[in-house]
Parts: sequence; C-alpha cells; structure tokens
Amino acid sequence: MKIIQQSHAGTLESGDVLIRIQPIDSHQVEIELESVVEKQFGDAIRRLIHDTLHKLSIEGVRVIVEDKGALDCVIRARVQAALIRATGTQLLDLNWGAL
Amino acid sequence: MSKLRRSMLFVPGANAAMLSNSFIYSPDALMFDLEDSVAITEKDTARLLVFHALQMPLYKNVEKVVRVNPIDSPYGKLDVEAMVRAGVDVIRLPKTDSAEDILEMERHILQVERKCGRAEGSTRMMAAIESAQGVINAPEIAKSSRRLIGIALGAEDYVRDIRTERSPDGIELMFARCSILQAARAAGIAAFDTVYSNANNEEGFIHEAEHIKQLGFDGKSLINPRQIELLHNVFAPTRKEVGNARLIIEAAENASRQGLGVVSLNGKMIDAPIIERARWVLQRAEASGIRQ
Repeated sequence: MKIIQQSHAGTLESGDVLIRIQPIDSHQVEIELESVVEKQFGDAIRRLIHDTLHKLSIEGVRVIVEDKGALDCVIRARVQAALIRATGTQLLDLNWGAL
Repeated sequence: MSKLRRSMLFVPGANAAMLSNSFIYSPDALMFDLEDSVAITEKDTARLLVFHALQMPLYKNVEKVVRVNPIDSPYGKLDVEAMVRAGVDVIRLPKTDSAEDILEMERHILQVERKCGRAEGSTRMMAAIESAQGVINAPEIAKSSRRLIGIALGAEDYVRDIRTERSPDGIELMFARCSILQAARAAGIAAFDTVYSNANNEEGFIHEAEHIKQLGFDGKSLINPRQIELLHNVFAPTRKEVGNARLIIEAAENASRQGLGVVSLNGKMIDAPIIERARWVLQRAEASGIRQ
C-alpha cells in the first residue's frame, strides 16, 4: 500500500517516540532516526520499523523518528498508529494478524 | 480459594512510559484504561499501545484488565476487537446501566473470539456501575453473564448523576456500595470499590479502605502505585485474628476426631460458618501477610 498523506503519532516524553510519516515519490522506505539510545539500539530500531512497514505492505514512505527511549512495543504501536492515520482504518480491519 | 483481587491499578492507556514500566509494581491486577483518561484524539494510538503492551512477556504473570470505551461509542468495538485478540484477561465495561449492556458487549466479545480463534468464553468481563439506574439494576447486571468476575462502583460519575459530591465519610455512596455488594454476593461474583482520587492523602485512603473492607468488598481500584501496599495491609488479617483462627481450626479438628459436630472454645460455640471464616482468615494471611 502506498502512503498518500502525512501523519504523525506519539510524543516527545521520556519512554515514548514521535513518528512522522510522509509520502515519497518512489517505492522505497526512508527512515530518519534521532534517538537518545542511537549508538546502542539505532540498528535495532531501524530493523523494527522496516519490519512493521513490511508486514503491512507499506512502501513509498519517509518515516521520521524522534525516539526518547521507547520500548519496541511502543515504537511498533506508534508506527502503526501513524500509518492508520495516513491510510484509514481499513488498514487495521484487514491486518489484525500482521500487527 | 478464589483469586485475590484486592488491588486494581489504573494505567492510562495513552501514557507510553507508564505502559512500559507498570509491571514493576505488584497489584493483584493492572487495569489499562482506554476510556476517560485518554483524549479523543489519542484513542487510536492508546488502543495500539495497550494492544502491544498486553503481549509483553513482562506482563505475563499479572492479571490484565482493560477498561474499554462504551460499545455504542465510535471506539468501543475496535477496543474490544484489539484487546480480545491481544489476549486480555478481563474486559471492563464502563457506565453499565442494564443487563442488556453486558449482553451486547458479550455478543461482540464472542464474535471476536470466534474470528481470531480464541477459546469461547475465555475473555472474562467486569462491569462498572456509575449511575442511579445502574445501581437499581445491579442485581440483574450481576447475574447477566457467566463471564462476569465482578461488578465495581464508579463513584465520580455516580455522584454527579445523583447530584451530590464525594465527602470524606462517603455517606453519599452508602446506598450504592451496599446495593452493589449485595448484588455481587447474590450472584456469587466479586465486588470492587471505586478509586480514592487524592493520592497524597494516605490517612483518607486508609480510612476509606477500612470502610469498604468492613462492608465486605473484595478490593478497590487504585490510581497510584503508592496505594497498593497500604491497601494490601488493610486487607491483611491482624496477628490476633490469625491466632484465633488457628485455635478454632485446632478445636474443630479435635472435635471432628471425637465425632462431635459442635465444639466450644473459651466458652464460645464453634460451628461450620465460624470454622469456614477461620480458614478464610488463614488463607488471607498466607496471601497478604500479617497486618503491620
């Protein structure tokens, strides 16, 4: 599924993450990550976001991540929430198993 | 012994940090909230946060309750769908006014259980009664579903509905508390008290906890982790109660060996209800320790 509008989800509070989603003119996935734990977990966070997008068959998107030490389950939830905001709840209805 | 449900700690569903670390406290149950503590604009992300938090291995050993939005709101059905799929133990219905509210929620839960392959009936329910109509209908509500583990008083909405406000001695809640307790006991389920919302007033909290324990409630909803230990201590039997209970059990066992149905201990008759209560005190002491 291609993203056609911008959206965001999350906060900049400690333990949370702010995810911004933007459509881009290609089928790529671009991730811009800024994290308080980037040295230790930067690669793992990128993999987690790629995996979350892949499971929902999302492409053509830039994901801007401002992480304040969120756990994996929080990052996954915020990315999915931003995607649903950008695409509508049919993404949820069709993909419970992929969440 | 039935499962201990003295303390149910509210965790706001939209607060990522609290969802990430609430497992460090040890309430009898954690109650993730998708309803009043979540702003309308955050309902969708809170639902997903709780959906993933419920599946965290760190929450494996605690009973997980989720307070969903009313089923007739735009969020209720999606909340139930997500929580049942995530493996929630108990769905808490807010603002339950009638048995039909429970039955409607139950039908929806069953649909989701069938869709996702979860065992039918494995999602339990509890109902919060928060209006005069709900209190009047408490006996029917309490008996409406085999999934119900208990009913709870939601006092903030209730006092608004009966046009008063909460006071330190809680006289305005007496009728509702007694009605809910009687309805729960008649149906054989648990009764839970409302929150004490001033987290900094320990004395007031303990006073209220002792009051609801004396009435017969199983436990109470909590808004601050500091209240957990205070509440568990209130529910723990005293050293004297435990000592008496041991003497009663001993006397009863002796009587049984001698083939006697009734026995006397220090001039007081000991019969079946007293022996049962003594066993219950010892079980409570095992779970809660001795009151400090």
